[in-house]
Amino acid sequence: MQHKVIDVNDVVIRFAGDSGDGMQLTGTLFADTSALLGNQLSTFPDYPAEIRAPHGTISGVSGFQVHIGHTEVTTPGDYCDVLVAMNPAALKANVKWCKPTSTIIIDADTFTEEGLSRAGYKTDDPVSELGIGDRNLVFSPITTLTKESLKDSGMDNKAIIKCKNMFTLGMCCFLFGRPLEFIDKYLERKFAKKPALIAPNKKVLFDGYNYASNIQAIPNTYVVAPADYKKGTYRNITGNQAVAWGLIAASEKSGRHLFCGSYPITPATAILEELAIHKNLGVKTLQAEDEIAGICTAIGASYAGDLAVTTTSGPGLSLKSEALGLAMITELPLVIVDVQRSGPSTGIPTKTEQTDLNQALYGRNGECPIAIVAAHSPSNCFDAAFNAAKLALEHMMPVILLSEGFLGNGSEPWRIPSMKDYPEIKPPIITSCDGPFKPFERDPETFVRKWALPGTKGLEHRVGGLEKNHDGVISSDPQVHEMMVRERAAKVAKVADFIPEQKIIGEKEGDILVVGWGGTFGHLYSAVHTLQLEGKSISLAHFDYINPLPKNTEEVFSGFKKIIVCELNSGHFAAYLRNKFPQFTYYQHNKVQGQPFIVADVVEAIRAIM
Amino acid sequence: MEKYTVQDFKSNQEVRWCPGCGDHAVLASIQRALPEVSEALGYSKERYVFVSGIGCSSRLPYYMNTFGFHSIHGRATAISTGIKVANPTLTVWQATGDGDALAIGGNHFIHAIRRNIDINIILFNNRIYGLTKGQYSPTSKLGAITKTSPYGTVEHPFNPGSLVLGAKGTFFARSLDVEIKLSSDIMLRAAKHDGTSVIEMLVNCVIFNDGAHKEISDKEWRADRTIVLQDGERMIFGKNRDKGLVMDGHKLKVVTIGENGVTEDDILVHDSHADNLGLQMMLADMKYPEYPVALGVIRDVKDITYDDAVRDQLAEVEAKAKVHCVDDLLHSGSTWEVE
Repeated sequence: MQHKVIDVNDVVIRFAGDSGDGMQLTGTLFADTSALLGNQLSTFPDYPAEIRAPHGTISGVSGFQVHIGHTEVTTPGDYCDVLVAMNPAALKANVKWCKPTSTIIIDADTFTEEGLSRAGYKTDDPVSELGIGDRNLVFSPITTLTKESLKDSGMDNKAIIKCKNMFTLGMCCFLFGRPLEFIDKYLERKFAKKPALIAPNKKVLFDGYNYASNIQAIPNTYVVAPADYKKGTYRNITGNQAVAWGLIAASEKSGRHLFCGSYPITPATAILEELAIHKNLGVKTLQAEDEIAGICTAIGASYAGDLAVTTTSGPGLSLKSEALGLAMITELPLVIVDVQRSGPSTGIPTKTEQTDLNQALYGRNGECPIAIVAAHSPSNCFDAAFNAAKLALEHMMPVILLSEGFLGNGSEPWRIPSMKDYPEIKPPIITSCDGPFKPFERDPETFVRKWALPGTKGLEHRVGGLEKNHDGVISSDPQVHEMMVRERAAKVAKVADFIPEQKIIGEKEGDILVVGWGGTFGHLYSAVHTLQLEGKSISLAHFDYINPLPKNTEEVFSGFKKIIVCELNSGHFAAYLRNKFPQFTYYQHNKVQGQPFIVADVVEAIRAIM
Repeated sequence: MEKYTVQDFKSNQEVRWCPGCGDHAVLASIQRALPEVSEALGYSKERYVFVSGIGCSSRLPYYMNTFGFHSIHGRATAISTGIKVANPTLTVWQATGDGDALAIGGNHFIHAIRRNIDINIILFNNRIYGLTKGQYSPTSKLGAITKTSPYGTVEHPFNPGSLVLGAKGTFFARSLDVEIKLSSDIMLRAAKHDGTSVIEMLVNCVIFNDGAHKEISDKEWRADRTIVLQDGERMIFGKNRDKGLVMDGHKLKVVTIGENGVTEDDILVHDSHADNLGLQMMLADMKYPEYPVALGVIRDVKDITYDDAVRDQLAEVEAKAKVHCVDDLLHSGSTWEVE
């Protein structure tokens, strides 16, 4: 077979195996190596809820998709060019994600009678059964080769088998011309405390690379040239990491210590973990006894003057509802990060969705509007978190930041910003006042009250969940209640004066306006871009601010004949927009499968409405 | 240092508890204790924060002329924790009831104690839900007839003391609403204690559970049915100061001095500072009529507090860190240059 080196613009690689096979690590290392080589990239971990589901079964398959490109990459890719399948279950579960032209690398050693049976194959011929005879199948005895590679290492069989993922990583590095140095360095760091493991892992990686170059079965290697990046310093960042760092940045810019009270919950836990590392920057993290304690410790910290945060996912947000109302009525700054996952109840905890929007908008007792900000990409989580904290601190109110599992776990290269380009954050703290302090007296322009911190002489006052008047005296007077309800709502609405106007990607007028929010940005952008290249009159309005909406929203909508709202739920944002601007007709494209959009599907859905 | 009087801690709000409610006496004990606390510990008034949950007792912050936070049902302990971690120079006091602390807020209560965060929890125990008008609480006696237990409860009550000591609490004390001097003294001790202090205040609910603690609190027999524990002193009680506590095998036993050859020297000596959880648990658990109910500071031991540990760790990590600002953070780890 003639070996060809093919230049490609972009390529999608999917690593799939048992949840104990180390596929997340393999994928992450491949992505990081590609980032260092200057590729554009986007990643998508797709893993099961069980830490170690039954070995070899479909439910235990863990996947990690990496999309690398020479030009703009905005999604982790719909379908893959290369699939690595570590066992029959991984092959069966992922074959639907393979392009017809794909190469599939398979650990042939796992395709035993038992392996096939565990994965639920009906025949002993998986290739025919799955109908993949026309793909480029590379059956390699990866387990045997790993054992052979490490036979003199002195390691036991179990430890040797664990190194299989490095063998496949080596093969992929050959396939895409990735040098091994970066991974070698990573292994040196990872096993610094177990130096005996460094050499064997490096050897397996190297042997995998050489094996792929020696066998004739791999017809093509791919070259993905570095992307044309803007000059600067870059790093890879996940959404959860970016949220944590954005909050720390807001702490620095406001001069308020950061306090995070949280309870571990998938897929938000990594934010708490990341914050816990940065005590050097004055970050206090409290792993609470439950979700309610998470938000309540944060409310306490906020009352005492910290930039207070609680991080969670949908079920946790449900538990925090009552306390969120308390933060709202006491008018204390608080950021609530909801990394959305599939629901209701426990749902599919590791899968992404946008199904918490209604809960964020409406999920509280009483009249309780809350400002909502959404992040649209992993790196954008930094700005979204910074902006949410700025709004909370300057407007004295809780702000919900909606992220998604897809963003939180996904990663992309990020041009590192300089903190000098970010604004100062100025919370309305007062240190003295003439006459008795009136805690709920408002700024006439912004309706924002003053923040008097405990410890400030002369400003002793009480706050609480009971209705009160401007003096802070509890009141059940009907007129006072209605006035306070209106003022609190007006304060949230007033935020529209402090956020940017809604941008349109494409022409300001035309046939179709695609509307989205949150983590679907990459997919909707790609779909709209595809149709724009075909000459269609189509634009995109992707919302970062949900409540309040940008001031020009109505004007943006009025420039188009049809509006299509695309979201990963049954139509929460569409219903919200219908309520706000009933004069427009809203078409919808929705998906509730615990999975991101597929660009091709979105394109087809838009075509059908056009 | 400014000198304070009781008046300085009284707010201008009308106290709205029922006439005859035991909570009035607790409020008086607190307002009486705080000038003394301020003097002993050098606290200025603006450093006090009173936090509460929901219930009759949780109205207390409105009656104190200090910083205050009247929060939501059961969550006061979590809010107090956040306040203390955010600003450890504040002195945080919490008013809570038997329902607020031990039912809806039970989880936060035991975890605050486990962490040993430096807050002072005043637990008003009237063995009933007052603000919702008379349902049984986690401390209502087995068989108590209330609106939600018209045929008597079939649940065993919690003894707050055993819960605190079971969570390895570092400070537990008990007093009666009517014992204002004792209560104030205990509050001073609680303020001086570093860590979570729990003071169980046995209070009467004149409307829904009148005589909640009458069997021990009535003047007629209070001296015979309670024992006020004092450090370094023998555990002697009774109108005639002739009864005492001794160890009998693995149990406490009430004896009479002068009978069966018992002398004063046989009576146990109280030591709240000894890390003697077994004996302290037995004292906290004593119930009338077998035993006198123990009042005073039962346990007061030293241990690292959560807020100190947080502060120390921040300082320790900061001293060693190479990253000192967000710009450093953003450039830490693997980065690459694009020319």
